[in-house]
Amino acid sequence: MGLQFVGLKEINGSLVVLDNIPLSNPAGYEEMAEIVLEDGSKRLARVVEIEGGRVVLQVFEGTNGLSLNNTKTTLTGHPMEIPLSREILGRVFSGAGKPIDGLGDIFPEKYADINGKPLNPVTRSYPHNYIRTGISSIDGLATLIRGQKLPIFSGSGMSHNKLAVQIVRQAQIAEESGQDFAVVFAAMGVTSDVADYFKSSFEESGVLQKVVMYMNLSNDPIIERILTPRCALTAAEYLAFEHNMHILVIMTDITSYCEALREFSSSKGEIPGRKGYPGYLYSDLASMYERAGIINTAQGSVTQIPILTMPNDDITHPIPDLTGYITEGQIVLDRGLDQSGVYPPVSVLPSLSRLMKDGIGEGFTRADHSACSNQLFSCYAKVMDTRALASVIGEDELSSIDKSYMRFGQMFEKYFLSQGFHEDRTIEETLDLGWDLLSLLPKGELDRVDEKMLEKYYNPERTARFQ
Amino acid sequence: MLEMVYVGNKRLIGEVIGVNDGFTTIQVYEGTTGLKPGEPVYPTGDPLSVTLGPGILSNIYDGIQRPLKSMEKLTGAFIGEGFNISALDEERLFDVTVCVKPGDKLKGGDVYATCPETSLITHKCMIPPALQGEVTFVAPDGQYHVSDVVARIRDEKGHERELTLCQKWPIRTARPVQERLPISRPLITGQRVIDTLFPVAKGGTAAIPGGFGTGKTMTQHQLAKWCDADIIVYIGCGERGNEMTQVLEEFTELIDPKSGKALTDRTVLIANTSNMPVAAREASIYTGITLAEYYRDMGYHVAIMADSTSRWAEALREISGRLEEMPAEEGFPAYLPSRLSAFYERAGYMVNLNGTNGSITIIGAVSPQGSDFSEPVTQNTKRFVRCFWALDKSLAYARHYPAINWTSSYSEYLDDLGGYYRENISPEFMKARQGISNLLMEESNLMEIVKLIGADVLPDDQKLVIEIARVIRVGFLQQNAYHADDTYVSLEKQYKMMELILLLYKKSKAAISVGITLSSIMQTGLFELLIKMKYDIPNDKLEMFDAYKEQISDKFVALSE
Repeated sequence: MGLQFVGLKEINGSLVVLDNIPLSNPAGYEEMAEIVLEDGSKRLARVVEIEGGRVVLQVFEGTNGLSLNNTKTTLTGHPMEIPLSREILGRVFSGAGKPIDGLGDIFPEKYADINGKPLNPVTRSYPHNYIRTGISSIDGLATLIRGQKLPIFSGSGMSHNKLAVQIVRQAQIAEESGQDFAVVFAAMGVTSDVADYFKSSFEESGVLQKVVMYMNLSNDPIIERILTPRCALTAAEYLAFEHNMHILVIMTDITSYCEALREFSSSKGEIPGRKGYPGYLYSDLASMYERAGIINTAQGSVTQIPILTMPNDDITHPIPDLTGYITEGQIVLDRGLDQSGVYPPVSVLPSLSRLMKDGIGEGFTRADHSACSNQLFSCYAKVMDTRALASVIGEDELSSIDKSYMRFGQMFEKYFLSQGFHEDRTIEETLDLGWDLLSLLPKGELDRVDEKMLEKYYNPERTARFQ
Repeated sequence: MLEMVYVGNKRLIGEVIGVNDGFTTIQVYEGTTGLKPGEPVYPTGDPLSVTLGPGILSNIYDGIQRPLKSMEKLTGAFIGEGFNISALDEERLFDVTVCVKPGDKLKGGDVYATCPETSLITHKCMIPPALQGEVTFVAPDGQYHVSDVVARIRDEKGHERELTLCQKWPIRTARPVQERLPISRPLITGQRVIDTLFPVAKGGTAAIPGGFGTGKTMTQHQLAKWCDADIIVYIGCGERGNEMTQVLEEFTELIDPKSGKALTDRTVLIANTSNMPVAAREASIYTGITLAEYYRDMGYHVAIMADSTSRWAEALREISGRLEEMPAEEGFPAYLPSRLSAFYERAGYMVNLNGTNGSITIIGAVSPQGSDFSEPVTQNTKRFVRCFWALDKSLAYARHYPAINWTSSYSEYLDDLGGYYRENISPEFMKARQGISNLLMEESNLMEIVKLIGADVLPDDQKLVIEIARVIRVGFLQQNAYHADDTYVSLEKQYKMMELILLLYKKSKAAISVGITLSSIMQTGLFELLIKMKYDIPNDKLEMFDAYKEQISDKFVALSE
């Protein structure tokens, strides 16, 4: 135990300042500190700025009740670490990694620095194996690959949570390789309703014993919110790379996280970038998202599904914008579809999975997968143009080809996109459905597919079931 | 100023970026967690430099030229801190041929030894630019390590200097050349929309701006695979780790079509992914271009892919913010334009000090925030590059790749390169290109009307423009990177494809003017035939184009009867 410092020099929001730290016992950057109040309660803090003997600490639990002379501060000498062992499965932790389920402390196998270290690109394996989610719009058009980071861009009030739960449930069923599967769940600034929803859904689908939860609810301190995803990812990396498990990390809601970061940045008096977010928002987000992946020295994998609610449904807002630049694609939810009762309301055109091209086709899904999805994309893009035209000149004035596109669009939304919360489609079902829908269009319109495929899959007789 | 230093007990690598009366500002290229006041700083006396010598090719480096493969052996899957590893493999032996003899008078840039670096590239060891003198000793030909002395030289002041296989060069200084040559040769990429509509020259500069998911990285990968440069320097600057892995894996498997050797043999990767320290991201661009200049000095044509320059600009912003400098537009520092222009100016077609010709082509990806091209990085880049390939979101949504928008992209090299195309491909090449470009323009004007009133009301000759533009868009501009034949298309095939499309247009237009309806022309199936010709005609059977020509003529003769 190092020196204890009595009292503080300054308190400013969640930041406190210590002065005259002797150079013989200097503070380290990002080192943890413990603040003991008069009543014996403890608070954790982290060094965020050092200038000579002046040290700025960020207090995780907030500075309520602190005064300039009622505290004793100890520098611990090491950065923020969390205890890890296999026992963390099934447990619930606070955002700062403390157990909050009343089951006592963890007996750690090791302590790990929550900031992690960048993965060496040489050690990474390029992800190839797809994860079947049983959801047509994802499996067929924006396939999730093991080791990928694929965020869900949603808006307030849309069914992103439901979708995430469905992915977890069905992905777990699809897990056949015999390797352990587990979920790490990080809640950042969500309401307790949402947290409970996830908890009870995990319970219902029987995965609760395989879930590690890090909870930072909307009324918890924002500083903890900044640590929550880092704790969760450290746990995920530990389980994946030291215990060879396949880990799915769900992080919700990235928007609250970024707002916490902004609040924290402005309280430090940093120069703001776009919309008041700190200039390093990109690097900060990258330091989380880049922790997904597969390495060639372990069998496990970390797959991330971050969920973010786009403020005002605006995809060009800095948070979705920067996220999209880092993650390997995105699943965008659309309010219009949601209003018209389509679940999941996946907006097909802007949704994309960058790793899809190498994880589908012969040997992974089916040889015709990429042709089918390309053709669906290009036809659905045409549907959008046709709808725009129809809104100007009226549907009756459209040419017969345009009318067949209108019909294709309707049926595509009704049969392909829309599916039940408990409906688990195989990849064959999804692709066959895609081909049947394409058969609603004249053969000449399918210009992304070669003759052989058309011969095999184009069959207008099968379209009778679309009413 | 700009001296390289080691910081703290872990000996983190840093660079002096500000000197003041009482204190010095150091930018540290690694994570600073745990660094304490009072820890020592060790000066090196040299500016931040790269080591140049054989063994650079097919290697993968981080932003300050530390080899990631050797780092993996030392620190495991995650990158540690405070490791100072030699950039070149010091154990490896090279078959060196010394090509000077005692008594020779040499000046900067002259080659004194060569050795095969990979199966494709012969490495030439050159006298450092500032040195000249008389050779006093040479070692016999044979196998040497990079740090073995192969020759000695007595400089003007009479000092003996040892020459090994490697040398150092500061990354922020451009390597000197004799003179800059005018631009005259295209960088052939095999991508139709680029080679034909918006070509880039060897020694030129190009920018690829586009929002996320529009295919910047895909386009960069395609260019790195297929362009006809001798050496590729691929800088992954603040981008995804998995993408670098993909480049690494794909390039090892891919075979260069011209030489039959693996593509890695001509590639250097610089990977500074988005979660690695920001300061090293800022340096990575300079590390890359310095390596490129070194190979240019040997007389090679080098192409640099920088993916992405916006991340580099953001690194500048981040560092500038921490230094509390006065921000200009959107928080970027006021010196952003000058840094950008200094980078792009290091491209060019040069006569080197040793008299050889070499070139550096820079192709920089730009990731505009919110896909808004009016943001500072895109706007400033636009001023310094002469070729602009604007990627378009709506094309990407319709999975039209490469999603290069033909109305907002441009290339200023057309006039410079026209001569090359006319001499080497066909005298009619530029004319055909203009024809295609005009049709696309005409279509985009017509589409304004179609959006309002529908296509049905247009007269047949205008409908024809729309149909033929569809052939150009789907059959010509769209290119499938995963199709064995379509991924790379020779200039000759590109020209023949244009020729056929224009022939079809000419014939159809003539037919319509004598009263044949467009729908009956459409029924001949010729339009669909041309759309699929990119797949149906293999790259080595260009004589099939003649058969297509005949088929078009025959069908029109049949129509007019």
